[in-house]
Amino acid sequence: METFLGIDYPTLWFLVIGALFTGYGILDGFDLGAGAWHLFLREEESRRIALNAVGPLWDGNEVWLVIGGGSLFAGFPVLYGSLFSAMYIPFMLFLAFLIFRAVSIEFRSKETMKWWRNLWDISYSVSSALLAFLLGVVMGNILQGISIGPNYEFQGHWFEFINPYSVMVGITTLALMMMHGAIFLVMKTEGKLFEHVHQLLWRAIIFFIAAFVIVTLYTLIYIPHLSDDFISEPALFIVPLLMFLSIANVPRLVHQQKYFQGFVFSSLTVSLLLILVAIELYPVMLISSVDEAYNITVYNAASSEKSLGIMLTIAAIGAPLSIFYTAFVYNTFRGKVKLDESSY
Amino acid sequence: MDVEILSRIQFAFTIAFHYIYPPLSIGLGLMMVIMEGRYLRTGNKEYETLARFWTKIFALTFGIGVATGIVMEFEFGTNWATYSRYVGDVFGSALAAEGIFAFALESGFLGVLLFGWNRVKPKVHFISTVGVFIGAMFSAVWIVVANSWQQTPAGFHIVGEGMNARAEITDFWAMVFNPSSVERVLHVWIGALLAGAFLVMSVHAYYILKHRHVEISKKAIKIALSVATIFSLLQLVTGHVSADGVAKHQPAKLAAYEGHFDANKPADMYLFGWVDKEKQEVIGPKIPGGLSFLVRWDFNEPVKGLNAFPEKERPGAVNAVFQFYHIMIAIGVLMIVLTLYASFRWYRGKLFGDRRVLWVFVFAILLPMIANQVGWFAAEMGRQPWVVYGLLRTSDALSQSVTANHVLFSLIMFAAIYLLLFLLFIYLLDKKIRKGPYSEEADDKRPLQEGMAEKASTTNR
Repeated sequence: METFLGIDYPTLWFLVIGALFTGYGILDGFDLGAGAWHLFLREEESRRIALNAVGPLWDGNEVWLVIGGGSLFAGFPVLYGSLFSAMYIPFMLFLAFLIFRAVSIEFRSKETMKWWRNLWDISYSVSSALLAFLLGVVMGNILQGISIGPNYEFQGHWFEFINPYSVMVGITTLALMMMHGAIFLVMKTEGKLFEHVHQLLWRAIIFFIAAFVIVTLYTLIYIPHLSDDFISEPALFIVPLLMFLSIANVPRLVHQQKYFQGFVFSSLTVSLLLILVAIELYPVMLISSVDEAYNITVYNAASSEKSLGIMLTIAAIGAPLSIFYTAFVYNTFRGKVKLDESSY
Repeated sequence: MDVEILSRIQFAFTIAFHYIYPPLSIGLGLMMVIMEGRYLRTGNKEYETLARFWTKIFALTFGIGVATGIVMEFEFGTNWATYSRYVGDVFGSALAAEGIFAFALESGFLGVLLFGWNRVKPKVHFISTVGVFIGAMFSAVWIVVANSWQQTPAGFHIVGEGMNARAEITDFWAMVFNPSSVERVLHVWIGALLAGAFLVMSVHAYYILKHRHVEISKKAIKIALSVATIFSLLQLVTGHVSADGVAKHQPAKLAAYEGHFDANKPADMYLFGWVDKEKQEVIGPKIPGGLSFLVRWDFNEPVKGLNAFPEKERPGAVNAVFQFYHIMIAIGVLMIVLTLYASFRWYRGKLFGDRRVLWVFVFAILLPMIANQVGWFAAEMGRQPWVVYGLLRTSDALSQSVTANHVLFSLIMFAAIYLLLFLLFIYLLDKKIRKGPYSEEADDKRPLQEGMAEKASTTNR
């Protein structure tokens, strides 16, 4: 098997996809989170500022989803087909909310009638919250395992995706993104709105930590396969340890009014959570709750080495370019939001 | 209805709806690049006003294009899981390349294009506009390459059997430059550039007719008409080369295009007509041996007809394919006539006083929009019963675990959302057009340093 730096190609591609979804989680995480808070902002001007904070950025953030999805399709076509067809309903709802959210941002500012703006505000905020929730629901199912049978085909019920654990992970994901989004809004606002968002941020931190504790305890008690790796390889405990420190660091930095650093640590929290998931699962990507033999792993789901090699080249060329555009846009729109005639 | 038909309807519906927007984004991209480029060169503010105006309309088409575009990527997995497993190794790399090389480029610079007018220097802004345009063009490249691979597969081999069979890539560049890629990319590009140019002409012809923004509209029409004239003519060439390629690589599709049944006889070309599948004949005016001449340069050369293929290996909806193909060609010819005539009137200095021609242009935006749609319908329905030509049947490509009820649910959902979206799109487009290029906000170009509240209340947005 071909390797690069001692890592085989399927594993390497698993890492690439992990990096892409981590990027997506961090970037779309803050704009989904900011969107979820939208209805908590009562004044028209506050809402406009909040919307324009994500206005020039959300589209670029969503690119990570498109690329992550494309890479999953390309690198692990077996997983792509099985996961997406098994999760048909949540993915279709996800698409619906994705569309509603995108057009709400675009349409809201086009009319001044109060009912029009309220309508799109509700659509924007509810879609943002439900998108974050659905991402968590899918993640919950991935962690817990689903009814995958022979030929990697799903054989469960269409409503299997909704269960106590997936709902819990969904809520935790929403809470995490709301915390992440609130820090982003704090960085982007000033004056009275800043004060208000600051209060919301504290609520978000409490909400997230509470949800996180519950989901962690539930996982340790009811889903033992997720902690196996840590028991057999104690050195890995460094990851959850770092994660707890990172989470604890967020309120500390917010308290010290170091918001940018707080944002860095909430981003780090998103990353570490996903790294934890990757460690817990690898080399399995989708656990079959029917029989271990039907597990979808990085090896039985991967494209050929030739294909993975080509795509690693594509990624190696494309990634620096993408980072360059992203940096350019973020640099252009750095600092507090200023509304002007091209704003939403 | 069964799950196959529903899944096909859903994919066709979602992609056809999506495809209203990307051609407009690509076409308007070129318009914006030219307008802003002329502003930078001449310093004439009118060009800047035009560029800003069309950027706003571009934002609308681009936004809906992105929102509706992710749907197909997901549908590959949700509805066509077997297809995904079969083609992922090959098709996936094109899709991934689209994401990282093209979509990232256009979405990255989009923020600066839309919101950066006062934040970056004019030149940097122009670079962003060009970046978005090139990104959009490259998006089309990778997507059409992926689709062309389904039409004329190359650079792969088949591994495994039965449910586990799949195509694996052997040569990336052979996949990218498969036999139909280049001509189809060009054909799609030009179709999109025409859509943008015709939209610009439509709106500005309307302004002139209503005696609004007349001077600025003349400038816009001159740009758009030049682009439209050149590309209508070029489209004839790429169209011909494409038909030639279909004749070589997908003979069953070509036979369906012209309703040619006889297994091995010279084929006619119809101006229009109706295919009677039972009697295996086409009713309508024709050029005898026309198709033979088109693809073989000889009126008497035989062309493989539908009967040369087993029933199971030819497109079912022959009449539909025939109609879509012929509507596309008729529109293509019409666009050439129209743009040449208008250019001639322009040359004579009479174009902007010719109300009849201007009125025609107001509605002529429908021409490229319809041609783009029916062209794809002809190409995709003509490929049936295959999803990957000669390799994988559409009926074998489905997700095994997804039932008709699943698809019915999502189809109804998409139908409802897209209907709403389309109505809103038309409403907002109409509103922007009525408002015109000179909005009170655009006149105020001061960058705002402080006082958002004051600004928010004065602009009343």
